[in-house]
Amino acid sequence: MDTVTTANSGEKIWGGGENQPMGASYGKLMMWFFILSDALTFSGFLAAYGFSRFKFIETWPLADEVFTHFPFMHGVSAPMYYVAFMTFILIFSSVTMVLAVDAGHQLKKDKVVIYLFLTIIGGLIFVGSQAWEWKNFIKGEYGAVETKGGSLLQFVDKEGHRVALADFAATLPEEREQLERNKGKWFMDEAALPTYSVAEVQAGFKAHPEILIRTEVIYEDSSANEKDTKINHELTKHKHKTVLTREESELRLNQASLVVEGANLTRNEYGSKLFADFFFFITGFHGFHVFSGVVINIIIFFNVLIGTYEKRRSYEMVEKVGLYWHFVDLVWVFVFTVFYLI
Amino acid sequence: MSHAHESNTKRIWTVFGILSVITIVEVIFGIIKPDSLHLNSFLGLNLLNWLFIILTGVKAYYIVYAFMHMEGERATLRNSVIWPLIFLVIYLLFILLTEAHYIFGVFKNSTIKWNF
Repeated sequence: MDTVTTANSGEKIWGGGENQPMGASYGKLMMWFFILSDALTFSGFLAAYGFSRFKFIETWPLADEVFTHFPFMHGVSAPMYYVAFMTFILIFSSVTMVLAVDAGHQLKKDKVVIYLFLTIIGGLIFVGSQAWEWKNFIKGEYGAVETKGGSLLQFVDKEGHRVALADFAATLPEEREQLERNKGKWFMDEAALPTYSVAEVQAGFKAHPEILIRTEVIYEDSSANEKDTKINHELTKHKHKTVLTREESELRLNQASLVVEGANLTRNEYGSKLFADFFFFITGFHGFHVFSGVVINIIIFFNVLIGTYEKRRSYEMVEKVGLYWHFVDLVWVFVFTVFYLI
Repeated sequence: MSHAHESNTKRIWTVFGILSVITIVEVIFGIIKPDSLHLNSFLGLNLLNWLFIILTGVKAYYIVYAFMHMEGERATLRNSVIWPLIFLVIYLLFILLTEAHYIFGVFKNSTIKWNF
């Protein structure tokens, strides 16, 4: 194929002999239209997230209560800081990428090598950070209880601070062995058992009269809600999750059917079941893009090292890969807003 | 254009500065959540979220125009990439969010409790 990227072709034409449509080389134009279609794919995912969120707008988890971890700061609630750090890493690797492209225009091989290397490092740090974020999300922090009706109950103390199951659950003399394949037939096994059983949580709740239940429902100030005697009005604030009175908490806990710790694709301790599904799917799909971007960057990096583009007298391949890399950054800007800010 | 071989380093660092400042502002607002913005809404969306969406749009503009060098491409390429995207995204958001809002109402006013 006789595209402009071929060495010494000199002519600005595509394979068929046409002039360059839209003033761009074949590869660059196709990269732009790939990015366009990929952007629409991500838009579809984010719009689907918006759909589910609007559908369950009253019970959707609040992001700043979910993503509160920061490395080496245990027990400190640090919402946003870690994702802000991840955002900076990605923006900075975008800067080094565009500097590599810029150096490529001036045919400065050494500079391209340095900047591409920094871009790859940035990408790897980002993927690693995302893995850490997933680890915290999957592990969970407080634990919760699911009712027979499928709603989620969390626990707070009398100041309204979250309480972990481990802080109050009783230890009952009951043994429930995990069913594994080697204890039954080969097809017989079950999901990992939670640390506490429902009975243990209920017994612990009885023994701690100061603990209250917080529901998924986001409280709205209204005259009907203010008269609601089931709600603990001292601890419940407008646009925050509803805390129940002790009597109502006891009634609700009797309906408990499952203990939920951390998150998986079926249920999670943060609230709406779809929340974790979308989190895993969208950040996972984005993380996969970052990963493939790093792999492509590495390939291009070695091509630069062995002088492929030096021989062509054109670093356009770095530019095309750069477009993809910036696109990955662009998607993260939107994921950041949709998942962590709004 | 691809013929421009002069260095754009200064512009790149300026854009990096702008993107960083916007991100910091977003994070600060996300942590503080000032009541004046959080509790007032415009067109069914609170002002804080409007702020985040607008700032995200500005960031997206700088990434596409400066880093992806869209500002140096021909107008035909620029338009054929950007306008279909903006149109389809707004259209998709409009129909999906409207529909979701309707379904929310159906659940809320239903005689059957779906989550208890």
